[in-house]
Amino acid sequence: MKIVVPVKRVVDYNIKPRVKADGSGVETAGVKMSMNPFDEIAVEEAVRLKEKGAATEVVVVSIGVQQAQDTLRTAMAMGADRAILVLAEESPEPLAVAKVLKAIVAKEEPGMVILGKQAIDDDMNATGQMLAGLLGWGQGTFAGKVEVADGSVRVSREIDGGTEEVSLKLPAVITADLRLNEPRYASLPNIMKARKKPLETLNVADLGVDTTRRLTVVSVAEPAQRAAGVKVGSVAELVEKLRNEAKVI
Amino acid sequence: MTALVLLDHEEGRIRKAALSAVAAATQFGDVHVLVAGNDAVAQAAAKIAGVAKVLHAADARYAHELAEPLAALLVSLAGGYTHIVAAAGAVGKNVLPRAAALLDVQPIPDVVRIVDADTFVRPIYAGNALATVKSSDSKKVLTVRSSAFDAVAAEGGAAAIDVVAPAEDPAVSHFEAVHLSDSERPELESARVVVSGGRGLQSEEKFKILDPLADTLGAAIGASRAAVDSGFVPNDYQVGQTGKIVAPELYMAFGISGAIQHLAGMKDSRVIVAVNKDPEAPIFQVADYGIEGDLFEVIPQLTEALK
Repeated sequence: MKIVVPVKRVVDYNIKPRVKADGSGVETAGVKMSMNPFDEIAVEEAVRLKEKGAATEVVVVSIGVQQAQDTLRTAMAMGADRAILVLAEESPEPLAVAKVLKAIVAKEEPGMVILGKQAIDDDMNATGQMLAGLLGWGQGTFAGKVEVADGSVRVSREIDGGTEEVSLKLPAVITADLRLNEPRYASLPNIMKARKKPLETLNVADLGVDTTRRLTVVSVAEPAQRAAGVKVGSVAELVEKLRNEAKVI
Repeated sequence: MTALVLLDHEEGRIRKAALSAVAAATQFGDVHVLVAGNDAVAQAAAKIAGVAKVLHAADARYAHELAEPLAALLVSLAGGYTHIVAAAGAVGKNVLPRAAALLDVQPIPDVVRIVDADTFVRPIYAGNALATVKSSDSKKVLTVRSSAFDAVAAEGGAAAIDVVAPAEDPAVSHFEAVHLSDSERPELESARVVVSGGRGLQSEEKFKILDPLADTLGAAIGASRAAVDSGFVPNDYQVGQTGKIVAPELYMAFGISGAIQHLAGMKDSRVIVAVNKDPEAPIFQVADYGIEGDLFEVIPQLTEALK
């Protein structure tokens, strides 16, 4: 079974995002970019499935600007076998990404697509569900555990009140939640090896996908900042303030 | 304009967050709700204030709110609606994007403010920025943060119930089991008071020191990602960017340093209290009241003082 893992290049999770002065978006120029952390978990899961013998090949895909090839190389250093870069504008919308991925799936015919449940830039949490919908496949979203059996996959999902287990016919789409695994660090020899792994570049237009945005960004603003409050010296003082000042108890 | 709200429920009870989704949807016009579940849930839905009609999907295939059949059903019903809305919880986030893709619509998740019928405000970058976006799709598909919309009353309405015909099931998914953390406490997302613990609580055993405090306050218990990852409490306790978003009247953070992703989940609380032994902990920058001190002394004292 082949596994396709879409990965996104995003502002590194350690960087505090800054809203551009003109309110048109968040500054990405000159900012450290990394693989979306949820996608790292997805890559790790796919590589582990290959190591266990449940998968034969792991193909990583990124849709975006030329620099996304760094993200793809990182994924290959973690153990993915080859990569496809689909050149497009930076951070296309999930609907467009899902359509591009559908076209990639038609070419690659994987048994499973595993991707992060959300990207930490636009926090959409939509691409996996949308891809599954377009393909008519089952979706194991917010996965905390994935077990592949003959022709199906059992997924433990993180839901509001606990966990839920579903089984899905293969092929299926899985979206990775935080606790699915802990991604490995790529070793230096593997980083060197990844440089020689195949990376194919396509243009979004070649795939016949319309990526016109449906959402126009009117403005991006900083949220209202909370003012820091006061430190109190004792529990008694805290209770007094909660009762009489904040009137919350 | 008429909006259709997917009303999610758990163990036969309508989730409080779904009532916030109804509240948001009333800003668009008439509100119909879709309930996938048993008769009792449909009856309860009919009583919700402001609901004009209940669409009841009674077929067994919808009982567990699986995304594949439910999205297909939503699409079959979508025709007459300008907006399709759900709470931004596990069900809404699972089902609505799939339905949106089938409708060729770009969904708008986690809406915190409705500007007009086409324009919405939503947090991005873990709440470090607020984006105002305008949708050009003819139908809008959105999930809303329950912390941003006051729930409508669960009683007071008298809507008609229409049983809807099932849509074709893609038959690719099968429900196996559900494991709910059983708790007598209020739901985290709708509790008036939330008491949360972090890595500072040290262990699963010691985390229980929060129980008597939560009992005293009638509070829900939450946790930081660090506490969940360390195995102190199950995942459904997690408050933060990738966990639950809460905005209670009072949020008390014990032994939580205040990572950006945690703050994203609670910084809209009305009053925040932080207790931490590290005077430099970032949580103090958003707390209205802070105590520098040992959790294992402060928590019992506080419990006693509030009794």
